[in-house]
Amino acid sequence: MAQPFRLSRGGRIDRTRPIRFTFNGRDVHGFQGDTVASALLAEGRHLVGRSFKYHRPRGILSHGSDEPSALLSVDRGPGRIDPNNRASVVEARDGLKTRSQNHWPSLEHDIGAVNDLLSPVFVAGFYYKTFMWPRKFWDKVYEPFIRAAAGLGKAPTEADPDRYANRHAHCDVLVVGAGPAGLAAALAAARTGKRVILADEQAEPGGALLHETRAEIDGRPASDWLAATLADLDARENVILLSRTTVFGYYNHNHVAMAERVTDHLPNASGTAPRERLWQVRAAEVVLAGGSHERPLVFADNDRPGILLAESVRVFVNRYGVAPGRRIVFATSGASAYTAALDAKAAGLHVALVDLRPEADCGPELRQLRAAGVEVLTGHTVIGSKGAKRVTGLLVAPVGSDGRCGGHRLLPCDCVGMSGGWTPAVHLFSQSRGKLVYDAELDAFVPGTSAQAERSAGSAKGTYDLAACLGEGYAAGAAAAGSAERRAFTATPTATGFLPVRAMPTDANPTKIRAFVDFQNDVTAKDIKLAVREGFHSIEHVKRYTTTGMATDQGKTSNMNALGIVAGQLDKALPGVGTTTFRPPYTPVTFGALVGPARHALFDPIRTTPIHGWAEAHGALFENVALWRRAWYFPKPGEDMHAAVARECAAVREGVGIFDASTLGKIEIVGPDAAEFMNRLYINPWLKLEPGRCRYGLMLKEDGYILDDGVVARVAPDCFHVTTTTGGAARVLAHMEDYLQTEWPDLQVFLTSTTEQWAVIALQGPKARAVIAPLVEGIDLSPEAFPHMAMRTGTICGVPIRLFRVSFTGELGFEINVPADQARAVWEAVYAAGEPYGITPYGTETMHVLRAEKGYIIVGQETDGTVTPDDVGLAGMIAKAKKDFVGKRSLSRPDVVAAGRKQLVGLVTEDPKRVLDEGAQIVADTDQPIPMTMLGHVTSSYWSPNCGRSIAMALVADGRALQGSTLHVTTPEGFISVTVVDPVFLDPKGERINA
Amino acid sequence: MLEARYRTARALPLARTALPEGQRSGILIQPAVAEGRFSLRVRDPAAAAGGLPLDRPINTLAGDDRCWIARLGPDEWLIGTAEAEADHRAAAVAADLAGRAHALVDVSHRNVGIDVSGARAAVALNAGCPLDLGEAAFPAGSATRTLLGKAEIVLIRRPGDAPRYRVECWRSFATYVHGFLTEAALGAGPEGRVRPQ
Repeated sequence: MAQPFRLSRGGRIDRTRPIRFTFNGRDVHGFQGDTVASALLAEGRHLVGRSFKYHRPRGILSHGSDEPSALLSVDRGPGRIDPNNRASVVEARDGLKTRSQNHWPSLEHDIGAVNDLLSPVFVAGFYYKTFMWPRKFWDKVYEPFIRAAAGLGKAPTEADPDRYANRHAHCDVLVVGAGPAGLAAALAAARTGKRVILADEQAEPGGALLHETRAEIDGRPASDWLAATLADLDARENVILLSRTTVFGYYNHNHVAMAERVTDHLPNASGTAPRERLWQVRAAEVVLAGGSHERPLVFADNDRPGILLAESVRVFVNRYGVAPGRRIVFATSGASAYTAALDAKAAGLHVALVDLRPEADCGPELRQLRAAGVEVLTGHTVIGSKGAKRVTGLLVAPVGSDGRCGGHRLLPCDCVGMSGGWTPAVHLFSQSRGKLVYDAELDAFVPGTSAQAERSAGSAKGTYDLAACLGEGYAAGAAAAGSAERRAFTATPTATGFLPVRAMPTDANPTKIRAFVDFQNDVTAKDIKLAVREGFHSIEHVKRYTTTGMATDQGKTSNMNALGIVAGQLDKALPGVGTTTFRPPYTPVTFGALVGPARHALFDPIRTTPIHGWAEAHGALFENVALWRRAWYFPKPGEDMHAAVARECAAVREGVGIFDASTLGKIEIVGPDAAEFMNRLYINPWLKLEPGRCRYGLMLKEDGYILDDGVVARVAPDCFHVTTTTGGAARVLAHMEDYLQTEWPDLQVFLTSTTEQWAVIALQGPKARAVIAPLVEGIDLSPEAFPHMAMRTGTICGVPIRLFRVSFTGELGFEINVPADQARAVWEAVYAAGEPYGITPYGTETMHVLRAEKGYIIVGQETDGTVTPDDVGLAGMIAKAKKDFVGKRSLSRPDVVAAGRKQLVGLVTEDPKRVLDEGAQIVADTDQPIPMTMLGHVTSSYWSPNCGRSIAMALVADGRALQGSTLHVTTPEGFISVTVVDPVFLDPKGERINA
Repeated sequence: MLEARYRTARALPLARTALPEGQRSGILIQPAVAEGRFSLRVRDPAAAAGGLPLDRPINTLAGDDRCWIARLGPDEWLIGTAEAEADHRAAAVAADLAGRAHALVDVSHRNVGIDVSGARAAVALNAGCPLDLGEAAFPAGSATRTLLGKAEIVLIRRPGDAPRYRVECWRSFATYVHGFLTEAALGAGPEGRVRPQ
């Protein structure tokens, strides 16, 4: 018979819509509205996994997101496998494939269960104690072993095919949790007309009202009130109601993060909807109504499958129409379990109840339950449970006021509902940095002083009575919306109150039994006591030593019991022990939700120039430079990089090469004080630079080290066209704005980034002039009229340009600054005009080689943030007459003027074919003892086709004085010898550039 | 002839076609045609220049679709014009500001425009823009510099009741910004799932 434990009626499931999924390969039948947990229980299956450390059989403990034990691997199709899904949270639907975890070879027969027999070995701090010695075993033996044994479930290996979305949202009032308090809060806030977002983690909003079958609110059944309230909220334009949305993070300034599960519950998610959506809400006010968690009872073998939380038994019966057992014993120290027992009894199940509280301490719930014909044993403790893969009986005994246990009695059962009281879910409040206070009456930490604009309501604040929750929620919602409106609700009284108990009294030797506190991390009461005995008195230390509360459930069910045991051992009051810090996320969040759309092409902007398409079509390979993608080299068929770069280098030196320099940063500096501004920022003098002329500018940070460089043209007396390095563009503009706004607000200067207004086509080589001459109008290109380091405006192919005569190659060169949208057309025209001259496109690699042949530095390659102008031989550029410029004072610092600084030199290897490694270290004497004195390192190194040998640049201590001497450079095979030379390897007189 | 060439035959980085998903999601993403744009900086502005007001509050838009001016800061404006009148308008602005220290820099090719419209346009923008785009916080006629995912943008809401936004980004970010908006529209889900605020 399918679903033998499905009750004949009741529940919010849709019995007209059957569904089917698999668990460990076998079909499981359920109905629309089931979770995987409720469907498994309807089939009578309790054993669903093995515990983390001892591999003990584990079942379903709870009905919600606090579930520590029933963790399944869920397979929704190729690439869509997730480990560690809580069976109580995953909505059952057609086509799901679920599997249990942490066992081999099977769930029923698990070799790892031997750990359970060895449990005396796996005491608290086992790893710390065992893997201390010998030290050298750590890397090779211990760590790999621990890594293999650690973790739960298998990480997916395939790429995630799903879409994940991100959304920022703002509201006046964010209400967390759509239980009675949250619904009332949302209603009150919504009535003011303010923008309200109500988020709830469950598939259906309603919280505890979803399994409330006996209570009435304002004279009508709770379920009717729920439906009417949801309809009211739904009809309001100012309300966004989000179900399946977990508020998991509470950050500064009421920035709240929520994960919405959009399509996982749909068997055929169609269209383009994302799997999950990350909401980042900025709320003016937040109402926290996230409810509370029930505490388990701590007794021997309290982890057997079939032992659930009492309220969870009630949920499965009332909300899902499932009997977790036919013969249920409730074990409790409080009143709420009586309501669960009443409901189970009403569903036709055999029920008994054991209460630790003495008869006199019980409330009206006792009389009510007995009147329903249920046997109630008050003043009884639970000694232990019987069974193996399923509970078969509960061993109970009367306990006197002195704590002595009387004669044992075995209550046969196939299900236990336990309740050790309630713990408000203060996680988000704690994340908001609010201060928790201990309430002895409630035996719980409750929200105290707020740190942000938020308030708590309902059982999240320790208010458990239904009418009180509603009234408190309404008041909180109204207050959050700035309204003084209050509303009184009438509701059936809720059975509340419990006797705090840490571990159930027992007559067994407490060192021989295993009474679990943290079900997911397999931490027992014994472990916690041992930790305290070994000197761990802070709860933060006990937590880390025993791992209690450190699993994916973050101790939602276990924290108060653990705290209580520590306090008891230390003979302290509970608040004296403190509580651990709650950190985001409240429940596990998928990586997909956090990553959102930021992957593949949207991982980072990939910046391309207007010439990019042409370079692609001409076979270029590309390299990443900051966010830019630049043409690296243009191999012809059969060419490797070496051959292509050699050909490109030769073409520039002998004919003409064309290069896309569009990525260079450009800043238009305009204003009457533009020259003065330049004068203060750069080390060079600018006041006398004539319009139409260029200068190579060098810029320092305040510490005297090189920040950036680039050619600058004076366009007009009050206008400079500044270029920066590709990677430095944003940094330089920010540096300039910083000084302009904070140091020199009196200067009349304006900065505008024109990096992307101008594309730059560099034409380099002896034939460059001949190529562009027929295309350029309005500019006299003759060397006399247009010398090196000049700039002219005119047109090329009819397009207005700024034409620079500059060179980063040492050859005659032009850089055509052309408006970006016309760059491709101009490039193609220039390329066509150059074909008779053998024009050759070249990439960044050739650019690097050509500049290195001339000894030109690249900021970021020859410099590293600790290099001064003198270090790279550019001290001569410093304007001596200038009173000040940024970094000037630092150039006279003692360590900057001291001898022994690293200076830029050239290196040539003895073997001309040998190309050094960039970054390789340099020493003077290879026979010196280790550690050797390192003189410096190689900054640039290339094969130079034009020199016919390898060349390198290096920063070497007192390098300029070492010209001609021999040094030694590291290679993977050992040292090789190099000679120190001047870093200009080609045309040292610079005749070619002025051609 | 020179200006004629500059102002025509521009090869824009984004194709002009709108996405078919737009109709279904209620979000229409449409790369703009070639336009003129100028960055205007002036500290001590006149009330108006070239027929464009300079005295409006920061983060507001003035003008119409053919010629608009967005005040982005105390001394910074972004001017957009139809391509045909760009040079004329710039000359008029410069003439009116003659004698005042100012910078009027042509950024027509630096900036790329993408129009985002439709009932749920703000939902797509809020996928990457953290600002409150509700009626009270960002009404029609608003303009600001902000972020969209990992790209800096200028966001403008055109006048009128219907949500019509202009996203302006730098040229090399256009592919990313357009891709981001397209993905956001796809991830917004079917229309009506979450009501617009």
